[in-house]
Amino acid sequence: MSTSEEQQTPAKPAEGTIPAPLKDWKIQYTKIFINNEWHNSSSGKKFPVFNPANEEKICEVEEGDKEDVDKAVKAAREAFQIGSPWRTMDASERGRLLNKLADLIERDRLLMATIEAVNGGKVFSNAYLMDLGGCVRILRYFASWADKIQGRTIPIDGKYFSYTRHEPVGVCGQIIPWNFPLVMFIWKIGPALCCGNTVVVKPAEQTPLTALYTASLIKEAGFPPGVVNIVPGYGPTAGAAISSHMDVDKVAFTGSTEVGKLIKEAAGKSNLKRVTLELGGKSPCIIFADADLDNAVQFAHRGVFYHQGQCCIAASRIFVEESIYDEFVQRSVERAKKYTLGDPLNPSVQQGPQIDKEQYNKILDLIESGKKEGAKLECGGGPWGDKGYFIQPTVFSNVTDEMRIAKEEIFGPVQQIMKFKTIDEVIRRANNTHYGLSAGIFTKDLDKAITISSALQAGTVWVNCYSVVSAQSPFGGFKMSGNGRELGEYGLHEYTEVKTVTIKISEKNS
Amino acid sequence: MSSKEKTSSNPAEETIPTPLTNLKIQFTKIFINNEWHNSVSGKKFPVINPATEEKICDVEEGDKEDVDKAVKAAREAFQLGSPWRTMDASERGRLLNKLADLMERDRLLLATMESLNGGKIFAHAYLMDLGLSVNAIRYNASWADKIQGRTIPIDGKFFSYTRHEPIGVCGQILPWNFPLVALVLKMAPALCCGNTVVVKPAEQTPLTALYLASLVKEAGFPPGVVNIVPGYGPTAGAAISSHMDVDKVSFTGSTEVGLLIKQAAGKSNLKRVTLELGGKSPCIVFADADLDNAVEFAHQGVFFHQGQCCIAASRLFVEESIYNEFVRKSIERAKKYTLGNPLKPEVHQGPQIDKEQYTKILDLIESGKKEGAKLECGGDPWGDKGYFIQPTVFSNVTDDMRIAKEEIFGPVQQIMKFKTIDEVIKRANNTHYGLAAGVFTKDLDKALTVSSALQAGTVWVNCYGGPSPQVPFGGFKMSGNGREMGEYGLHEYIEVKTVTVKISEKNS
Repeated sequence: MSTSEEQQTPAKPAEGTIPAPLKDWKIQYTKIFINNEWHNSSSGKKFPVFNPANEEKICEVEEGDKEDVDKAVKAAREAFQIGSPWRTMDASERGRLLNKLADLIERDRLLMATIEAVNGGKVFSNAYLMDLGGCVRILRYFASWADKIQGRTIPIDGKYFSYTRHEPVGVCGQIIPWNFPLVMFIWKIGPALCCGNTVVVKPAEQTPLTALYTASLIKEAGFPPGVVNIVPGYGPTAGAAISSHMDVDKVAFTGSTEVGKLIKEAAGKSNLKRVTLELGGKSPCIIFADADLDNAVQFAHRGVFYHQGQCCIAASRIFVEESIYDEFVQRSVERAKKYTLGDPLNPSVQQGPQIDKEQYNKILDLIESGKKEGAKLECGGGPWGDKGYFIQPTVFSNVTDEMRIAKEEIFGPVQQIMKFKTIDEVIRRANNTHYGLSAGIFTKDLDKAITISSALQAGTVWVNCYSVVSAQSPFGGFKMSGNGRELGEYGLHEYTEVKTVTIKISEKNS
Repeated sequence: MSSKEKTSSNPAEETIPTPLTNLKIQFTKIFINNEWHNSVSGKKFPVINPATEEKICDVEEGDKEDVDKAVKAAREAFQLGSPWRTMDASERGRLLNKLADLMERDRLLLATMESLNGGKIFAHAYLMDLGLSVNAIRYNASWADKIQGRTIPIDGKFFSYTRHEPIGVCGQILPWNFPLVALVLKMAPALCCGNTVVVKPAEQTPLTALYLASLVKEAGFPPGVVNIVPGYGPTAGAAISSHMDVDKVSFTGSTEVGLLIKQAAGKSNLKRVTLELGGKSPCIVFADADLDNAVEFAHQGVFFHQGQCCIAASRLFVEESIYNEFVRKSIERAKKYTLGNPLKPEVHQGPQIDKEQYTKILDLIESGKKEGAKLECGGDPWGDKGYFIQPTVFSNVTDDMRIAKEEIFGPVQQIMKFKTIDEVIKRANNTHYGLAAGVFTKDLDKALTVSSALQAGTVWVNCYGGPSPQVPFGGFKMSGNGREMGEYGLHEYIEVKTVTVKISEKNS
């Protein structure tokens, strides 16, 4: 989830060439991180971590479960006690530590980008520029908020002095997805630490490596023990232990809507912990006849094919105004055919593998449904290569709204193009989903841009662009695409607990 | 909500009129689209006067089908292009102010009805409940056209801004302890932000909500903006919290039910959830406090409205050296009650709301006696009919007793002793609840550091009770999710949309 390459703001202004990925690198950190120390799992179990481009095992990592989560939560609770180093630290110092962490990530950018590309099947240049660049910018953004988190003094009725404190919520459980492992890790710990919370993080079981590496940098940066704890493991075990824990004050999750529901339920069954959810989507793009066509084709294309379609914001329903439909389809197909698939570390490769077999099977099944249900397969439509979870970039046209490919989240390199006639019709069709994460509108007309962006039920609406996500602007879902917002000043709300203090005084003056 | 600290809508108010004697209940049906409907099932349920146990009237009993109708109406009223969606924000504010005007016009009737149905002391109903309700509506009315999104200096050649849109159809489930206040505290911010609502009042106390519905119509709110479905929790309430087309649910009530509601939200459509739940709020009285001030506020803090307040100051920690004096004065204060018909001006304490509460409170009082607390006064029921309980004070209470751990929601005060600051902070925080707390001290540093240390959504210093529309209110931990009132209360009723527009050149 990053700005498209055309719109990127790289961390280094003169960025044009990037270094080659590291060749001789070792995975140093494979254990559970609690209190700035490395622990084996309570059970003794480990789990394998794979390279999805060749299906080979990279290494094994300690497998955390409930007992390990308990240890981590205890450590996080201890670090959160009144009077602790973390609680008594100046807010500006928290900011300084976050900036220090950003410095260290910049120092180790090449190694981390290499690991992320290999473990996550990410095209290396994207990992280096977008993922690592994004992480550093977001950390610095939240670092700079730390001493600007302000409560209010309030003109209450009566002879009182009343104010609010924006306190940290407490111990925050954070469950991270596999599509942007490092970026999502930073999206979560950035605001949480900025506001003074302590965290227990469970990275996705497919992609724990960059989170564990960052743990070593967190220790190096000087965060007190127990402030950040990382428990690698599986969802139904370690993840569930976090969302049901009676001593975790908040859980933040990015992943599927299906699991998001389980998490909110678990929060309601356990201790009413606060819940932030960033879930799936089936985001529409609406292309009007007056749009800049090449611009629209390009953004719509990147919007659904970036990172092999494995983005919550994937532009997976493209509504094109009738009069430009054929032209749009033709240019989109042309664009989709320009891919070299292969090893994501290879600079000539533009498309990597899907993350694992489960995703791979699900995507192929949905592609088959597209064929069966009568969509027109314009290109692609099947797997690629002898090993690794590769799928050809696929374009369907003449898609209608009741087809599975028009309703279900695919999370793969599959584009659906539909036709529309009128504005009211396309708004209705675009909103006809339980999802509501994002949307795109392509038009030169001022009134269309403003009124249609108002009408779409989506947390982010892009106009004449797509996938533009930056630390400053809030991000999150309407309806079943999520609860709450991340990034921007709004993201801080999710990590504060408001306390009102009202003091009786002898005389009140305004 | 201390009567001493009332915020009357008319500051010069000291005398109040007498309650109406011939009160007719006009509105007993389900309110949808500004019309009155019978229940789909044909069923009705009785509404009782808790001071006499007599039926006041029957009200239409809403269930799932009625909720479905109401949600459809609310969804329709929320459509893009509808009168409500295309209305100026300032006009929404004007309508809310008009509603407040009508409440002021009918204040005597509403206060009489609230007192009769809710067992409330009439003076409190008139001054506090009605006063606060009117103030809260006006406060939210004035926010309507000040709900501002941001323009944001995003990276790259873009213009980015946020819209603070209404969430949509909001389900609101109300308690019986402050029926009208709770309704207003939910409805006003929801409407201010442009939402439409489906309200389920408590089954014990639906009458003032239904009366208010008639004022909502009279004020000129478009049909479908406000809908009210009286009924029971497990039927109508559950239908709201599981509904696939309700965007948000807000609930005030017990923690036990709050858990069910959050679960239902997760199981259905991930609707947004605000919860205002129970508490076991501590007051800490230091030796340097103004003792009489502390005694009075602590007293009101737990006895107001027969102890039926979420913020009830039900654990009193008193510093050792002043403990005996504090207990003595508290007992003296607790004995000054005349119980009886809450409409009578000489009565200071009304009944508990119903038999279930009455039984629960008496059971907890018995546990206090059994577990070894010292019963200083009260401890028994009162009167031949109605759910009356004597004001009860326990001293020498220890932290593991049921009366020190469980929410009583009755006129029962627990007084404990403490030695050191660290000890009392730890004991005060040793609960899953976290709604409110009080600190009594003249010392500046104690006031600031102890209030920081307490895990409670509101900390009062040298006072207790008295929510005010300007300040946020809500629970830490299992006392709730989210905040009501103040500017913060608006956050609960908006959905943030980011719009990012590509431009050819960006200038700061």
